[in-house]
Amino acid sequence: MYDKEKGLFEDFVAGRISRRDLLKSTGRLGLAAGAAGVLMTAAQTKAMAADFDWMKFKGSKIKLLLNKHPYADAMIANIDAFKSMTGMDVSWDVFPEDVYFDKVTAALSSGSTEYDAFMTGAYMTWTYGPAGWITDLNEYIKDPTKTHPTYNWDDVLPGLRASTSWNGVPGAELGSADAKQWCIPWGYELNNLSYNKKMFDKAGVQPPKNLGEMVETSAKLQKDLGGPYGIGVRGSRSWASIHPGFLSGYANFGEKDFSVTDGKLKAAMNSAGSKSFHKDWVKMIQDSGPKDWANYTWYQVGTDLGAGASAMIFDADILGYFMNGGDNKEAGNLGYAPFAANPAASAPTPNVWIWSLAMNNAGTQKDAAWYFMQWASSVEHDLFGARKMNFVNPVRASVWKDEEFRGRIDKSYPGYLNQHDVSAPGAKIYFTAQPLFFDLTTLWSENLQKMVTKEIPIDEGLDAMAAEMDKKLAEAGLG
Amino acid sequence: MNSLAVAKPPLVKQSRFLRRALPYFLSLPALLICIGILIPFFTAVYYSLLRYRLNLPAMKGFIWFDNYLNFFTDPKFWNTLQISLVYAGLTVVVELLLGLGIALLLQKRSRLNNFISILLLLPLMTAPALAALMWKLMTNPNFGILSYLLTLIGIPDMRWGSDPATALLTVTLVDVWVYTPFIMILLLAGLRSLPPAPFEAAALDGVPRSFVFFRITLPMLMPYILTATLFRLLDSIQQFDIVYAMTQGGPGDTLLVFQVQAYLDFFQATNVGRSAALMIILWAITYVLSNIFIKQWLKLREKAHGVT
Repeated sequence: MYDKEKGLFEDFVAGRISRRDLLKSTGRLGLAAGAAGVLMTAAQTKAMAADFDWMKFKGSKIKLLLNKHPYADAMIANIDAFKSMTGMDVSWDVFPEDVYFDKVTAALSSGSTEYDAFMTGAYMTWTYGPAGWITDLNEYIKDPTKTHPTYNWDDVLPGLRASTSWNGVPGAELGSADAKQWCIPWGYELNNLSYNKKMFDKAGVQPPKNLGEMVETSAKLQKDLGGPYGIGVRGSRSWASIHPGFLSGYANFGEKDFSVTDGKLKAAMNSAGSKSFHKDWVKMIQDSGPKDWANYTWYQVGTDLGAGASAMIFDADILGYFMNGGDNKEAGNLGYAPFAANPAASAPTPNVWIWSLAMNNAGTQKDAAWYFMQWASSVEHDLFGARKMNFVNPVRASVWKDEEFRGRIDKSYPGYLNQHDVSAPGAKIYFTAQPLFFDLTTLWSENLQKMVTKEIPIDEGLDAMAAEMDKKLAEAGLG
Repeated sequence: MNSLAVAKPPLVKQSRFLRRALPYFLSLPALLICIGILIPFFTAVYYSLLRYRLNLPAMKGFIWFDNYLNFFTDPKFWNTLQISLVYAGLTVVVELLLGLGIALLLQKRSRLNNFISILLLLPLMTAPALAALMWKLMTNPNFGILSYLLTLIGIPDMRWGSDPATALLTVTLVDVWVYTPFIMILLLAGLRSLPPAPFEAAALDGVPRSFVFFRITLPMLMPYILTATLFRLLDSIQQFDIVYAMTQGGPGDTLLVFQVQAYLDFFQATNVGRSAALMIILWAITYVLSNIFIKQWLKLREKAHGVT
């Protein structure tokens, strides 16, 4: 009997029977949901093990550096599948995000061999890559002796593959033919609207469709609701305040951060279009943002939405996802909408944050580390995370087509799939890749704060900021 | 005849080399510790003379004093210098006044006073970063207790650390809350150790209290005040955790004190050269301040001991 059930799941994983047939057959056999899950994982592990020597590094021990995140939780929940398939041992250190990247910088810059692989954002690889701290993963992905035949790299969403590869030339297009693959996308977030449906109903408004509507709707919500503020966006003095809603809207108007001429970079934030965008954005925050906006990180933006302190956010879609569940006061009341800031744009252009896996160049077990990395970014693990854990958003196109995953999300988070599906084709990194990314983007956020607090006028402030950036670029030999 | 022979200690024959080398061997541990302290310092000095960004390794090279010279034409640096000095001066003055006031109130030994002085030490036992987070919650304009209390007295829109006009006040409040007990306990110890004779004589002569305070208490307490001021000044000018946890140096560049700027330069921009140069300048400032205070302290000590 057990062999029959096991065979059913193996047939499904191998694509010999459909999902519908699998469900029918398991139903006939009276299989409990828990047992079905175990058999599915076992079948997936067996399928992965076929035609590839997963036991090559049996007995090896690798160590990971992880950020405290649902993606890491999903990996840890499934790590036994990797251990049993490879005979390898895996240990890890987990740090909260506040200090995580300081720890990574310290570990990598010291040439430490302690960690073999680690979580990173794509932007960080613009520092780690040129510094020689991480390994170009093309040499692994393209080597059939090191990578499982069903790994299917092309299944990873193209915008994410491109966004995590760079040839190291300041200002060069991400994902160019000569680009190095600095990290493997693991999970990602794009930036759209998450809003409180009850509050919108009370104020009699619909999700805004462009920046002008967003400014007006936020102000109306602020006025009519008499308590919650209109819109939550990040504002802390950090590059991280620029990359979510702000840059997504900015890019939708076709505005750039830098122009590149003959390999030289020049700040482009003082164009007429940029000034106009900044004016709308600043007005929106002044009229309808949180009072202490200048201290707002993703955490405050998210928790305010979950606690009913804000009516909507223009931030990571997964913030809206997580705030719509658990013990949050507004769980079940949140809706999602794609957002194109430019009324003339045909679709949203969300800038993305991609949690990725990178390999320590100083590591002494690179091949073994790659075994872990390809497993952790495989279709099988991505499916496990998407179906069983909160691994949103998965990075693989095939997982987004998975009926079980879609069914779960659609049932519990209505509107979420639509906002993603509409926006995903335009989702990528819209920043110009260059080594001064963190200095200059932080400078941008600093000036945005000054504009919101009326310390500097917007037009002159942007001119002065662009001049300061050009000076810094010239000093670094980039401008 | 029973004689007690006193045994002569055996003559230890020391070679001339050992005799001469002994002092050096004895001071070797101190020398090693000194080297341990100086290596990071001179490494920082070395880095400060480089154009050295971790993400632009090809550009690494000696630029001698260019990092320092660039500061002179950089308004951001002057802003950092100004805000660091203002922050240090403001916090130390407020803490000194409050600490002295509380110490005077608690000077008389009693169970209640001892109990209160222990209670007042509690903020000092809180990690400054945690204290900053706690105050960040209390000053939250939406739900913070302090914001609520302000609304009761007709100030409904206080934005604390988010407003450039009140950001310095906000972080100063946290610093004062954490470190006033430090000054209080030092001055309390000083007050309680003062000789009673001058005070008894003044009481017998019916000298007014204000005269006693300004002419007897304060001068005698001055070495303690200087010590407390020196410690707090050096600490305040190197402030990091409170400012970073509260505002990350913002809003804008309102609170970009030395340590925050150097931290961001290193960990965020990976600009090792600039970050090291900033730290060396901070070291030079603290060195000068320490020298001034220590010289004053020595003068006062000499005066107290009647040395001319």
